[in-house]
Amino acid sequence: MSTGGHHPAPVSPVEQRVAALEALLAERGLVPEGFIEEITRRYESEIGPMNGAQVVARAWVDPGYRQRLLAEGTGAIAELGFGGAEGGHMVVVENTAAVHNVIVCTLCSCYPWPVLGLPPAWYKDPAYRARMVREPRVVLAEMGCPLRDDVEIRVWDSSAEVRYLVLPQRPPGTEDMPEAELAGLVTRDSMIGVARL
Amino acid sequence: MVDGIHDLGGMQGFGPVGHSPAEPAFHDRWEAVARALLVVVGNAVDVSGGEFRHSIERMDPGHYLTSSYYEHWLTAAATLAIEHGLVTRSELEARAGGRFPLSGPVLAPLVTDPGPDVDEPRFGVGDRVRVREWHPAGHTRCPRYVRGKAGVVVRMDGIYSVPDVEAHGSARRHEPTYSVRFDAADLWRDGQHGVSVHVDLWDSYLERS
Repeated sequence: MSTGGHHPAPVSPVEQRVAALEALLAERGLVPEGFIEEITRRYESEIGPMNGAQVVARAWVDPGYRQRLLAEGTGAIAELGFGGAEGGHMVVVENTAAVHNVIVCTLCSCYPWPVLGLPPAWYKDPAYRARMVREPRVVLAEMGCPLRDDVEIRVWDSSAEVRYLVLPQRPPGTEDMPEAELAGLVTRDSMIGVARL
Repeated sequence: MVDGIHDLGGMQGFGPVGHSPAEPAFHDRWEAVARALLVVVGNAVDVSGGEFRHSIERMDPGHYLTSSYYEHWLTAAATLAIEHGLVTRSELEARAGGRFPLSGPVLAPLVTDPGPDVDEPRFGVGDRVRVREWHPAGHTRCPRYVRGKAGVVVRMDGIYSVPDVEAHGSARRHEPTYSVRFDAADLWRDGQHGVSVHVDLWDSYLERS
Protein backbone atom coordinates (compact mmCIF):
# COMPACT_ATOMS: atom_id res chain seq x y z
CA MET A 1 0.00 0.00 0.00
CA SER A 2 1.22 3.47 -0.80
CA THR A 3 1.64 5.73 2.20
CA GLY A 4 2.56 8.91 0.40
CA GLY A 5 -0.96 10.04 -0.38
CA HIS A 6 -0.95 8.46 -3.85
CA HIS A 7 -4.12 6.49 -4.17
CA PRO A 8 -4.39 3.93 -6.96
CA ALA A 9 -7.07 4.64 -9.55
CA PRO A 10 -10.38 3.17 -8.41
CA VAL A 11 -11.17 -0.18 -10.02
CA SER A 12 -14.27 0.05 -12.21
CA PRO A 13 -17.02 -2.59 -12.03
CA VAL A 14 -16.09 -3.96 -15.45
CA GLU A 15 -12.45 -4.34 -14.37
CA GLN A 16 -13.65 -6.20 -11.27
CA ARG A 17 -15.70 -8.54 -13.46
CA VAL A 18 -12.78 -9.21 -15.79
CA ALA A 19 -10.51 -9.91 -12.81
CA ALA A 20 -13.12 -12.28 -11.32
CA LEU A 21 -13.45 -14.34 -14.50
CA GLU A 22 -9.67 -14.35 -15.04
CA ALA A 23 -9.03 -15.59 -11.49
CA LEU A 24 -11.62 -18.37 -11.65
CA LEU A 25 -10.43 -19.63 -15.05
CA ALA A 26 -6.79 -19.45 -13.91
CA GLU A 27 -7.60 -21.49 -10.78
CA ARG A 28 -8.97 -24.19 -13.05
CA GLY A 29 -5.69 -24.26 -14.96
CA LEU A 30 -7.27 -22.88 -18.15
CA VAL A 31 -5.12 -19.75 -18.62
CA PRO A 32 -1.65 -20.74 -19.85
CA GLU A 33 1.29 -18.79 -18.41
CA GLY A 34 1.86 -15.62 -20.42
CA PHE A 35 -1.17 -16.18 -22.67
CA ILE A 36 -2.84 -12.83 -22.03
CA GLU A 37 0.44 -10.95 -22.46
CA GLU A 38 1.11 -12.79 -25.73
CA ILE A 39 -2.30 -11.92 -27.21
CA THR A 40 -1.85 -8.30 -26.14
CA ARG A 41 1.63 -8.09 -27.64
CA ARG A 42 0.60 -9.63 -30.96
CA TYR A 43 -2.33 -7.27 -31.53
CA GLU A 44 -0.44 -4.22 -30.30
CA SER A 45 2.69 -4.71 -32.38
CA GLU A 46 2.42 -7.44 -35.04
CA ILE A 47 -1.12 -7.56 -36.40
CA GLY A 48 -2.46 -4.23 -37.59
CA PRO A 49 -3.10 -1.88 -40.51
CA MET A 50 0.63 -1.72 -41.31
CA ASN A 51 0.14 -5.19 -42.82
CA GLY A 52 -2.71 -4.10 -45.07
CA ALA A 53 -0.68 -1.03 -46.06
CA GLN A 54 2.04 -3.34 -47.43
CA VAL A 55 -0.57 -5.21 -49.49
CA VAL A 56 -1.94 -1.96 -50.92
CA ALA A 57 1.51 -0.53 -51.74
CA ARG A 58 2.48 -3.75 -53.51
CA ALA A 59 -0.71 -3.62 -55.59
CA TRP A 60 0.07 -0.02 -56.58
CA VAL A 61 3.57 -0.81 -57.88
CA ASP A 62 3.05 -4.32 -59.29
CA PRO A 63 0.19 -4.71 -61.83
CA GLY A 64 0.48 -8.52 -61.78
CA TYR A 65 0.10 -8.55 -58.01
CA ARG A 66 -2.85 -6.15 -58.18
CA GLN A 67 -4.56 -8.50 -60.64
CA ARG A 68 -4.00 -11.53 -58.37
CA LEU A 69 -5.16 -9.55 -55.33
CA LEU A 70 -8.46 -8.59 -56.94
CA ALA A 71 -9.02 -12.06 -58.43
CA GLU A 72 -8.14 -14.13 -55.36
CA GLY A 73 -7.46 -11.99 -52.29
CA THR A 74 -6.59 -14.68 -49.75
CA GLY A 75 -3.76 -16.16 -51.83
CA ALA A 76 -2.31 -12.82 -52.87
CA ILE A 77 -2.32 -11.57 -49.26
CA ALA A 78 -0.62 -14.81 -48.18
CA GLU A 79 2.21 -14.03 -50.65
CA LEU A 80 3.21 -11.23 -48.25
CA GLY A 81 2.96 -13.56 -45.26
CA PHE A 82 -0.42 -12.48 -43.89
CA GLY A 83 -3.30 -14.81 -43.08
CA GLY A 84 -5.07 -16.69 -40.30
CA ALA A 85 -8.17 -16.15 -38.18
CA GLU A 86 -10.71 -13.74 -39.72
CA GLY A 87 -8.62 -13.60 -42.89
CA GLY A 88 -9.13 -17.07 -44.36
CA HIS A 89 -11.54 -15.91 -47.07
CA MET A 90 -10.49 -12.47 -48.26
CA VAL A 91 -12.12 -10.37 -50.97
CA VAL A 92 -10.42 -7.13 -52.04
CA VAL A 93 -12.60 -4.40 -53.55
CA GLU A 94 -11.01 -1.62 -55.58
CA ASN A 95 -11.79 2.08 -55.40
CA THR A 96 -11.67 4.05 -58.65
CA ALA A 97 -12.57 7.61 -59.59
CA ALA A 98 -16.13 6.40 -60.24
CA VAL A 99 -16.64 3.76 -57.52
CA HIS A 100 -16.15 3.96 -53.76
CA ASN A 101 -16.26 0.84 -51.56
CA VAL A 102 -16.83 0.75 -47.80
CA ILE A 103 -16.91 -2.11 -45.28
CA VAL A 104 -19.26 -2.67 -42.35
CA CYS A 105 -20.55 -5.51 -40.16
CA THR A 106 -24.12 -4.71 -39.14
CA LEU A 107 -24.57 -7.86 -37.02
CA CYS A 108 -21.38 -7.82 -34.95
CA SER A 109 -17.77 -6.75 -35.54
CA CYS A 110 -16.43 -8.88 -38.42
CA TYR A 111 -13.19 -7.38 -39.71
CA PRO A 112 -10.08 -8.66 -41.56
CA TRP A 113 -7.72 -9.14 -38.59
CA PRO A 114 -4.56 -10.31 -40.41
CA VAL A 115 -4.40 -7.17 -42.57
CA LEU A 116 -6.08 -4.54 -40.39
CA GLY A 117 -5.71 -5.85 -36.81
CA LEU A 118 -8.55 -5.48 -34.33
CA PRO A 119 -11.34 -3.10 -35.35
CA PRO A 120 -11.42 0.42 -33.90
CA ALA A 121 -14.20 1.11 -31.38
CA TRP A 122 -16.26 3.24 -33.77
CA TYR A 123 -16.45 0.38 -36.30
CA LYS A 124 -18.21 -1.75 -33.63
CA ASP A 125 -20.47 1.03 -32.34
CA PRO A 126 -24.21 1.07 -33.15
CA ALA A 127 -24.08 4.39 -35.02
CA TYR A 128 -21.69 3.11 -37.70
CA ARG A 129 -23.33 -0.31 -38.04
CA ALA A 130 -26.87 1.09 -38.21
CA ARG A 131 -26.25 3.99 -40.56
CA MET A 132 -23.60 2.84 -43.06
CA VAL A 133 -26.05 0.56 -44.89
CA ARG A 134 -28.83 3.15 -44.87
CA GLU A 135 -27.24 6.51 -45.63
CA PRO A 136 -23.59 5.89 -46.54
CA ARG A 137 -23.19 9.12 -48.52
CA VAL A 138 -24.23 11.15 -45.47
CA VAL A 139 -22.14 9.14 -43.01
CA LEU A 140 -19.03 9.29 -45.22
CA ALA A 141 -19.37 13.06 -45.56
CA GLU A 142 -19.74 13.39 -41.78
CA MET A 143 -16.59 11.31 -41.33
CA GLY A 144 -14.58 13.62 -43.58
CA CYS A 145 -15.00 11.69 -46.84
CA PRO A 146 -17.44 13.67 -49.01
CA LEU A 147 -18.12 12.10 -52.42
CA ARG A 148 -19.52 13.67 -55.55
CA ASP A 149 -23.10 12.59 -56.32
CA ASP A 150 -21.93 10.75 -59.44
CA VAL A 151 -19.56 8.50 -57.50
CA GLU A 152 -21.17 5.09 -57.03
CA ILE A 153 -21.03 3.74 -53.46
CA ARG A 154 -20.77 0.00 -52.80
CA VAL A 155 -21.29 -1.02 -49.18
CA TRP A 156 -20.11 -4.52 -48.15
CA ASP A 157 -21.81 -6.02 -45.06
CA SER A 158 -19.52 -8.79 -43.71
CA SER A 159 -22.37 -11.12 -42.77
CA ALA A 160 -20.87 -14.54 -43.64
CA GLU A 161 -17.33 -15.93 -43.91
CA VAL A 162 -15.72 -13.44 -46.32
CA ARG A 163 -13.75 -10.52 -44.90
CA TYR A 164 -13.19 -7.45 -47.06
CA LEU A 165 -10.30 -5.07 -47.68
CA VAL A 166 -10.66 -1.87 -49.70
CA LEU A 167 -7.87 -1.15 -52.20
CA PRO A 168 -7.70 2.66 -52.14
CA GLN A 169 -6.69 4.73 -55.17
CA ARG A 170 -3.03 5.65 -55.38
CA PRO A 171 -2.70 9.35 -54.57
CA PRO A 172 -1.63 11.60 -57.45
CA GLY A 173 1.97 12.77 -57.45
CA THR A 174 3.38 9.54 -56.00
CA GLU A 175 4.59 8.01 -59.27
CA ASP A 176 8.26 8.05 -58.23
CA MET A 177 7.76 7.02 -54.64
CA PRO A 178 9.27 3.67 -53.59
CA GLU A 179 6.99 0.90 -52.31
CA ALA A 180 8.00 1.22 -48.65
CA GLU A 181 7.29 4.93 -48.66
CA LEU A 182 3.94 4.39 -50.39
CA ALA A 183 2.94 1.97 -47.61
CA GLY A 184 3.46 4.83 -45.16
CA LEU A 185 0.69 6.79 -46.91
CA VAL A 186 -1.95 4.08 -46.52
CA THR A 187 -4.26 4.59 -43.54
CA ARG A 188 -6.56 2.17 -41.75
CA ASP A 189 -9.53 4.38 -42.63
CA SER A 190 -8.70 4.21 -46.35
CA MET A 191 -8.69 0.39 -46.25
CA ILE A 192 -12.08 0.31 -44.44
CA GLY A 193 -13.33 2.83 -47.00
CA VAL A 194 -14.20 5.77 -44.74
CA ALA A 195 -11.41 7.89 -46.22
CA ARG A 196 -9.79 8.51 -49.60
CA LEU A 197 -6.07 9.22 -49.88
CA MET B 1 -33.92 -13.61 -30.22
CA VAL B 2 -33.13 -13.44 -33.88
CA ASP B 3 -34.72 -10.01 -33.91
CA GLY B 4 -32.23 -8.90 -31.29
CA ILE B 5 -30.63 -5.55 -30.55
CA HIS B 6 -27.44 -6.62 -32.34
CA ASP B 7 -29.21 -6.59 -35.73
CA LEU B 8 -28.60 -2.88 -36.21
CA GLY B 9 -28.58 -2.35 -39.98
CA GLY B 10 -30.81 0.60 -40.88
CA MET B 11 -31.92 1.52 -37.35
CA GLN B 12 -32.31 5.26 -36.88
CA GLY B 13 -31.61 7.83 -34.21
CA PHE B 14 -27.99 7.08 -33.38
CA GLY B 15 -26.36 10.37 -34.45
CA PRO B 16 -22.80 10.89 -35.69
CA VAL B 17 -20.19 8.13 -35.61
CA GLY B 18 -17.72 8.75 -32.78
CA HIS B 19 -14.83 8.43 -35.19
CA SER B 20 -11.14 8.80 -34.47
CA PRO B 21 -8.52 7.98 -37.12
CA ALA B 22 -5.91 6.75 -34.62
CA GLU B 23 -7.00 4.26 -32.00
CA PRO B 24 -5.03 1.71 -30.03
CA ALA B 25 -5.87 -2.01 -30.20
CA PHE B 26 -6.75 -1.83 -26.50
CA HIS B 27 -7.58 1.31 -24.51
CA ASP B 28 -7.05 -0.41 -21.15
CA ARG B 29 -5.52 -3.65 -19.99
CA TRP B 30 -8.92 -5.08 -19.06
CA GLU B 31 -9.96 -4.99 -22.72
CA ALA B 32 -7.01 -7.18 -23.70
CA VAL B 33 -7.77 -9.54 -20.81
CA ALA B 34 -11.44 -9.78 -21.80
CA ARG B 35 -10.45 -10.58 -25.36
CA ALA B 36 -7.97 -13.23 -24.23
CA LEU B 37 -10.47 -14.82 -21.81
CA LEU B 38 -12.95 -15.38 -24.59
CA VAL B 39 -10.26 -17.35 -26.43
CA VAL B 40 -9.57 -19.27 -23.19
CA VAL B 41 -13.25 -20.21 -22.81
CA GLY B 42 -13.59 -21.02 -26.51
CA ASN B 43 -10.61 -23.38 -26.37
CA ALA B 44 -11.80 -25.04 -23.15
CA VAL B 45 -15.31 -25.90 -24.34
CA ASP B 46 -15.11 -25.85 -28.17
CA VAL B 47 -17.50 -23.00 -28.92
CA SER B 48 -18.52 -22.53 -32.58
CA GLY B 49 -18.60 -19.11 -34.20
CA GLY B 50 -22.39 -19.27 -34.22
CA GLU B 51 -22.65 -20.11 -30.54
CA PHE B 52 -20.16 -17.34 -29.65
CA ARG B 53 -22.04 -14.68 -31.62
CA HIS B 54 -25.37 -15.84 -30.25
CA SER B 55 -24.05 -15.47 -26.69
CA ILE B 56 -23.52 -11.74 -27.39
CA GLU B 57 -26.84 -11.36 -29.19
CA ARG B 58 -28.67 -12.62 -26.10
CA MET B 59 -27.45 -9.66 -24.02
CA ASP B 60 -30.06 -7.38 -22.49
CA PRO B 61 -30.67 -4.66 -25.12
CA GLY B 62 -30.03 -1.82 -22.68
CA HIS B 63 -26.74 -3.36 -21.58
CA TYR B 64 -25.75 -4.05 -25.19
CA LEU B 65 -26.23 -0.45 -26.30
CA THR B 66 -24.51 1.10 -23.30
CA SER B 67 -21.40 -1.06 -23.12
CA SER B 68 -18.30 -1.28 -25.28
CA TYR B 69 -17.61 -4.22 -27.54
CA TYR B 70 -14.96 -5.60 -25.18
CA GLU B 71 -17.62 -5.66 -22.46
CA HIS B 72 -19.78 -7.63 -24.90
CA TRP B 73 -16.92 -10.12 -25.22
CA LEU B 74 -16.54 -10.30 -21.45
CA THR B 75 -20.27 -10.92 -21.05
CA ALA B 76 -20.12 -13.62 -23.72
CA ALA B 77 -17.08 -15.29 -22.13
CA ALA B 78 -18.74 -15.36 -18.69
CA THR B 79 -22.09 -16.56 -20.08
CA LEU B 80 -20.47 -19.39 -22.05
CA ALA B 81 -18.23 -20.33 -19.10
CA ILE B 82 -21.35 -20.73 -16.92
CA GLU B 83 -23.43 -22.51 -19.57
CA HIS B 84 -20.62 -25.01 -20.16
CA GLY B 85 -20.05 -25.63 -16.44
CA LEU B 86 -16.62 -24.02 -16.06
CA VAL B 87 -17.74 -21.57 -13.34
CA THR B 88 -20.95 -20.61 -11.55
CA ARG B 89 -22.69 -17.27 -11.45
CA SER B 90 -22.46 -17.08 -7.66
CA GLU B 91 -18.70 -17.66 -7.76
CA LEU B 92 -18.33 -14.90 -10.34
CA GLU B 93 -20.44 -12.42 -8.37
CA ALA B 94 -18.64 -13.25 -5.12
CA ARG B 95 -15.27 -12.57 -6.74
CA ALA B 96 -16.45 -9.45 -8.56
CA GLY B 97 -17.96 -8.07 -5.36
CA GLY B 98 -21.28 -7.31 -7.05
CA ARG B 99 -23.67 -8.05 -9.83
CA PHE B 100 -22.26 -9.71 -12.97
CA PRO B 101 -24.72 -9.07 -15.83
CA LEU B 102 -24.95 -12.02 -18.20
CA SER B 103 -26.69 -12.79 -21.47
CA GLY B 104 -30.25 -14.10 -21.46
CA PRO B 105 -31.28 -17.69 -22.13
CA VAL B 106 -31.27 -19.41 -25.51
CA LEU B 107 -34.84 -19.32 -26.86
CA ALA B 108 -34.46 -21.91 -29.62
CA PRO B 109 -34.34 -25.70 -29.13
CA LEU B 110 -31.20 -27.74 -29.81
CA VAL B 111 -30.92 -28.69 -33.46
CA THR B 112 -30.95 -32.49 -33.58
CA ASP B 113 -31.72 -32.97 -37.28
CA PRO B 114 -29.82 -30.37 -39.31
CA GLY B 115 -31.06 -31.67 -42.67
CA PRO B 116 -28.82 -32.63 -45.59
CA ASP B 117 -25.81 -30.63 -46.75
CA VAL B 118 -26.34 -28.61 -49.93
CA ASP B 119 -23.46 -29.50 -52.24
CA GLU B 120 -24.52 -27.65 -55.38
CA PRO B 121 -25.29 -23.92 -55.49
CA ARG B 122 -28.93 -23.31 -56.44
CA PHE B 123 -28.07 -19.88 -57.83
CA GLY B 124 -25.39 -18.38 -60.03
CA VAL B 125 -23.87 -14.96 -60.60
CA GLY B 126 -26.49 -12.69 -62.17
CA ASP B 127 -29.48 -14.58 -60.76
CA ARG B 128 -32.18 -12.51 -59.13
CA VAL B 129 -33.01 -13.83 -55.65
CA ARG B 130 -35.30 -12.87 -52.79
CA VAL B 131 -34.43 -13.22 -49.12
CA ARG B 132 -36.87 -15.32 -47.12
CA GLU B 133 -39.16 -13.31 -44.86
CA TRP B 134 -38.89 -15.23 -41.61
CA HIS B 135 -38.17 -14.77 -37.90
CA PRO B 136 -36.50 -17.83 -36.39
CA ALA B 137 -36.17 -18.05 -32.60
CA GLY B 138 -32.45 -18.79 -32.67
CA HIS B 139 -29.28 -17.43 -34.18
CA THR B 140 -29.07 -16.39 -37.83
CA ARG B 141 -26.70 -14.36 -40.00
CA CYS B 142 -29.48 -13.04 -42.17
CA PRO B 143 -29.88 -9.34 -41.29
CA ARG B 144 -33.46 -8.14 -40.80
CA TYR B 145 -33.04 -5.23 -43.23
CA VAL B 146 -32.80 -7.54 -46.25
CA ARG B 147 -35.56 -10.02 -45.36
CA GLY B 148 -38.21 -10.09 -48.04
CA LYS B 149 -36.03 -7.96 -50.33
CA ALA B 150 -34.87 -8.87 -53.84
CA GLY B 151 -31.30 -8.60 -55.06
CA VAL B 152 -28.81 -10.03 -57.54
CA VAL B 153 -26.09 -12.62 -56.87
CA VAL B 154 -22.71 -11.01 -57.60
CA ARG B 155 -20.28 -13.61 -56.19
CA MET B 156 -20.19 -17.25 -55.11
CA ASP B 157 -18.14 -17.93 -51.99
CA GLY B 158 -17.92 -21.66 -51.42
CA ILE B 159 -19.62 -23.95 -48.93
CA TYR B 160 -19.71 -23.22 -45.20
CA SER B 161 -21.35 -24.41 -41.98
CA VAL B 162 -24.74 -22.76 -41.48
CA PRO B 163 -24.60 -20.55 -38.34
CA ASP B 164 -28.31 -21.09 -37.60
CA VAL B 165 -27.51 -24.78 -37.04
CA GLU B 166 -24.08 -24.62 -35.41
CA ALA B 167 -25.20 -22.12 -32.77
CA HIS B 168 -27.60 -24.70 -31.32
CA GLY B 169 -25.71 -27.91 -30.62
CA SER B 170 -23.15 -30.15 -32.25
CA ALA B 171 -25.09 -30.85 -35.47
CA ARG B 172 -23.86 -29.16 -38.66
CA ARG B 173 -25.23 -28.43 -42.11
CA HIS B 174 -23.14 -27.00 -44.93
CA GLU B 175 -24.43 -24.79 -47.74
CA PRO B 176 -23.09 -22.52 -50.47
CA THR B 177 -22.89 -18.81 -49.66
CA TYR B 178 -23.39 -15.90 -52.04
CA SER B 179 -22.76 -12.18 -52.05
CA VAL B 180 -26.07 -10.54 -52.99
CA ARG B 181 -26.29 -6.93 -54.19
CA PHE B 182 -29.29 -4.85 -53.14
CA ASP B 183 -30.09 -1.42 -54.52
CA ALA B 184 -30.23 0.87 -51.48
CA ALA B 185 -33.29 2.61 -52.93
CA ASP B 186 -35.11 -0.77 -52.89
CA LEU B 187 -34.13 -1.39 -49.29
CA TRP B 188 -35.14 1.99 -47.87
CA ARG B 189 -37.64 3.40 -50.39
CA ASP B 190 -35.96 6.77 -50.04
CA GLY B 191 -35.01 7.52 -53.63
CA GLN B 192 -31.25 7.62 -53.08
CA HIS B 193 -29.12 7.09 -56.19
CA GLY B 194 -25.98 5.14 -56.96
CA VAL B 195 -25.75 3.17 -53.72
CA SER B 196 -25.73 -0.61 -53.45
CA VAL B 197 -25.45 -2.74 -50.32
CA HIS B 198 -23.93 -6.23 -50.58
CA VAL B 199 -24.87 -8.87 -48.02
CA ASP B 200 -23.30 -12.34 -47.80
CA LEU B 201 -26.01 -14.99 -47.39
CA TRP B 202 -26.34 -18.75 -47.03
CA ASP B 203 -28.31 -20.74 -49.62
CA SER B 204 -31.29 -21.51 -47.36
CA TYR B 205 -31.83 -17.79 -46.69
CA LEU B 206 -32.74 -17.29 -50.35
CA GLU B 207 -35.46 -18.14 -52.82
CA ARG B 208 -35.69 -17.49 -56.54
CA SER B 209 -37.17 -14.10 -57.38
